[in-house]
Amino acid sequence: MRVRFFIPLPLAGGARGGATSRLLAARTRHALLRPPPRAGGEVLAALLFGISPAVAQPVTPPAHYANVQLADPAKEASARALMETLRCLVCQGQSIADSDADMAADMRALVRERIERGEKPASIRDWLIARYGDYVTYDPPLSGLTWPLWLAPILLLGIGSWIARSSFRRRTR
Amino acid sequence: MKRFALWAPLAIFALLFAVVASGLFRPAEKVVRSAMVGKPLPDFALPAMVPGKPGLSSASFRQGKPRLLNVFASWCIPCIAEAPQLMRLKAMGVPIDAIAIRDTAPAIAGFLRRNGDPYERIGSDRASQVQLALGSSGVPETFVIDGRGIVVKQIIGDIRPENVPEIVQAVKDAR
Repeated sequence: MRVRFFIPLPLAGGARGGATSRLLAARTRHALLRPPPRAGGEVLAALLFGISPAVAQPVTPPAHYANVQLADPAKEASARALMETLRCLVCQGQSIADSDADMAADMRALVRERIERGEKPASIRDWLIARYGDYVTYDPPLSGLTWPLWLAPILLLGIGSWIARSSFRRRTR
Repeated sequence: MKRFALWAPLAIFALLFAVVASGLFRPAEKVVRSAMVGKPLPDFALPAMVPGKPGLSSASFRQGKPRLLNVFASWCIPCIAEAPQLMRLKAMGVPIDAIAIRDTAPAIAGFLRRNGDPYERIGSDRASQVQLALGSSGVPETFVIDGRGIVVKQIIGDIRPENVPEIVQAVKDAR
């Protein structure tokens, strides 16, 4: 069995912010998810501290629309709304709107460019789901696997009202 | 009925404990697999990354022979670790093409000089857009593409020596 290390990625990305989170997010592009076999603490330590962080980041600047808003406020608003419901694939606990990871920047650029071209947010979401599965969206579609998510609240509300009804009835007696 | 009601909270607790404990001991896989496996490669045409080596388009994967598509970058450390395995695959006669993510020609030329060059073509993906179209969530990743341009396998992370036989087998099966 392969040794795997699990870094609390949402914490690494969210709690610290700024440059640290960007560096951590960059290095989690598989580098920490699959360390070399027989990796001991020293390998993890080397990954975390030894290697110059600059090496693990893309050498090209991010795409134009990664951190630049669209000129049309209505289009930017709809792009923003979509970005907030798309998961960053390397930080996994954050939306691409919140993440400093390079890949999230690439995904923001993709969303803004397509919205600018007049594509509907739903079709961009479907395009991403076709590539990464339902995992990429925070707004999961109703499917064989997700129906409890939608049904459970209705069921619990039903049970709650039944309990409330019977207890109120007892009190009036 | 009363006895059942007495034990129900304990039973619920035991059930919850079992669920949480199983999650602790067998954590969920943290990699995001591409949903493109089994589907045709998306259409793309990328310019050449380094002088003297052609760029990469999806058309070169529809010529009847299976190929590997390696997603890599000069700034990616596990890519250095997998380089010897790619050189071995090349020596075994497996054709390998690559997409370089957000990289520059001098950086890639230096990477190939240091780590060997197993690639027939390298396309430059300056904004990761083809990587996103492939459903790839990081570097390195390797896709096995059959002769009709269908993605048949995805290897996430660096290729280890023990992964080489399964890749050779997948390429053989894709013929």
